[in-house]
Amino acid sequence: MGFFSKLKEILGKTREGISKKLTALFSSDKLGDEFYEELEDILISSDVSVATTTEIVEEIRETAKKEKLKDKDYVISLLKEELFDTLNYADVPEVKTPCVIMVVGVNGVGKTTSIGKLANKFSKEGKSVTIAAGDTFRAAASEQLSVWADRAKVRIIKHAEGADASAVVFDAIDSCKAKGTDVLIIDTAGRLHVKSNLMEELKKIDRVIKREYPTAQYLKLIVLDATTGQNAENQVKAFSEAVGLDGIILTKLDGTAKGGFIISLSYEQEIPVLFVGTGEKIDDIENFNAKDFIESMF
Amino acid sequence: MALFSGLSEKLNHIFSKLTKRGRLTELEIKTAMREVRIALLEADVNISVVKDFVAKVSERAVGEEILKSLTPTQQVIKIVNEELISLMGSTNSKLAVSDNPPTVIMMAGLQGAGKTTLVGKLGLYLKKQNKKALLCACDVYRPAAINQLKVVGEQAGCTVFEKGQGNPVKIARQAVDYAKSYGFDYVIIDTAGRLQIDEALMRELEDIKSEVNPSEILLVVDAMTGQVAVEVADTFNKRLEVTGLVLTKLDGDTRGGATLSIKAVTGKPVKFCSVGEKLGDLEPFYPDRMANRILGMGDVLTLIERAQDAVTEEQAKKLEKKFRENSFTLDDYLDQFESMQKMGGLKDILSMLPGMGTKFKIREEDIDEKKIISMRAVIQSMTKKERENPNIINSSRKMRIAKGSGTSVQEVNRVLKNFEQSKAMMKQMKNNKMFRF
Repeated sequence: MGFFSKLKEILGKTREGISKKLTALFSSDKLGDEFYEELEDILISSDVSVATTTEIVEEIRETAKKEKLKDKDYVISLLKEELFDTLNYADVPEVKTPCVIMVVGVNGVGKTTSIGKLANKFSKEGKSVTIAAGDTFRAAASEQLSVWADRAKVRIIKHAEGADASAVVFDAIDSCKAKGTDVLIIDTAGRLHVKSNLMEELKKIDRVIKREYPTAQYLKLIVLDATTGQNAENQVKAFSEAVGLDGIILTKLDGTAKGGFIISLSYEQEIPVLFVGTGEKIDDIENFNAKDFIESMF
Repeated sequence: MALFSGLSEKLNHIFSKLTKRGRLTELEIKTAMREVRIALLEADVNISVVKDFVAKVSERAVGEEILKSLTPTQQVIKIVNEELISLMGSTNSKLAVSDNPPTVIMMAGLQGAGKTTLVGKLGLYLKKQNKKALLCACDVYRPAAINQLKVVGEQAGCTVFEKGQGNPVKIARQAVDYAKSYGFDYVIIDTAGRLQIDEALMRELEDIKSEVNPSEILLVVDAMTGQVAVEVADTFNKRLEVTGLVLTKLDGDTRGGATLSIKAVTGKPVKFCSVGEKLGDLEPFYPDRMANRILGMGDVLTLIERAQDAVTEEQAKKLEKKFRENSFTLDDYLDQFESMQKMGGLKDILSMLPGMGTKFKIREEDIDEKKIISMRAVIQSMTKKERENPNIINSSRKMRIAKGSGTSVQEVNRVLKNFEQSKAMMKQMKNNKMFRF
């Protein structure tokens, strides 16, 4: 099942309320204050930031006013276009082998699960994959990752709990070089982005990767939980400042959560969404497609 | 330099044109509430909750008399704050006790909310009260969840009951029976994280509930949750009738508006806040702190209250006049610092100002109270003339002042420079009436 239909199916279920609201909204031919206020409310209830919402709606409003628009379908397409432009602002990097992917994020967003799914995805594409258990902090994190590695049938490199995360990474790189592994995915401990000591640890891992494997493509991906609100922006900012970010993995998009903050994010910080997690099974990961994402919203 | 950031700054701006005092008018409230609405939305309070809240507060505020000692801005903030606090409930971390022990506590919540860690934290919390808690592993789905609970249980010094990947309902039953036979006071049941729309897993929670009849069902919510918090809390509450809420990951920089959302839809008390990764990092819930956090206001109200006590009306008028005439002298400068000390020291005040805590990262050395003491010595070593007109202080005067105050010429220079900077700042502040004292 393609991303579009799958997402549409999921979102179709959960966004029924919003879609109905929108349809009702656009069906009424009045394009007055109330119309635009409702439009703002709809975006805000999807966790699009207040600032971005105001900006987008204002822009649509200006255009509609200037062109004396009254056609609801046309206004819908304008809004979609605007959202698409916003989401498509950043370039999506292509994965070239050998590749090192470091996965970062705050606690509980689904890093380990996403890594399992990603490993499986690359493995299915015929790439050789190794996972490094860089979360040496959380209780039983490497066991959890091992289960995913088994499911994806890929190799895992791990040390004991409490070990130095950069040492794990060092060993993993060493081994990947020796075996000519295509993709190395590194799990890191979840950390609230305000903890400076933990962010320093992350920078250390980052230095090790750059120093030990300069020839590999190096991607740093942040995992964001779709149920999160405006704090997602702070998370991205903090991790971006610490190690730089190449992309976003948006998880838990299988519920009622809208994850609208990515609209503000990819616009303001030019970080593209690469993958979305859409369920609990190992295949529940898809390439992100802005057009489908927006289509599914309506 | 903006002393009051965010909301109150905007409100100040709105009210800056308002010179007449009296009652808050509808238009003023409406304008102010637009900003309050944005502040709450930016804090992730659910939009429907925001609408209700704003309507309620506006209704109360219209026609309310502006207290003599407060500006209209402060008056609005005061009302908003009071309503927020009352909505958020009270500080009550008491866990229910069953007449027929063990008391069963059951966890519920989305994936990644922090349930397993919380089970460990509660175990330790109860242990510290000399209660024996059995931790029960009913998350049989997430890989290594059982192992995680075992590790956490060991750290907390609590026994962990697990039966591998069995049937969670049966495991819960067995755990309660086990606890009964071995004299445990509490059984804390960890459950799998689930989306509120996952019918099978929601039913499983209902089954566990009817099997072991828990005295407490705690809904664990990540403080960073966005708009969806309302639907999550509502569904869990409708299905399970939760008895309390627990907020996790409050040690981050989230404004935590989800608290207001879940409180508004469930009406259940917030029992604990989880504020760190160590098992001891569990705190009671303080509605007033949370209100301040959501508004992004620091403890402005506390500051307002203390300011009223520390500065007499007369002093305030004098100072305001000096601002206006730009005749602020070193004497006034010292006076001001002394009032601030009365208000609880500079460090306290700075940390209470919104935006200061996070934006400017107050370092210990920046607000060395010792420096204030030496500043006082420097100013008091000046002649009356010098204090009124610091421009006449030449190098020989500086040397005398340094000797008299037991400091150095550099210190004298520093005080003079800081004074000039404050003067410049006050000139800016003069217009927007931030400080009325």
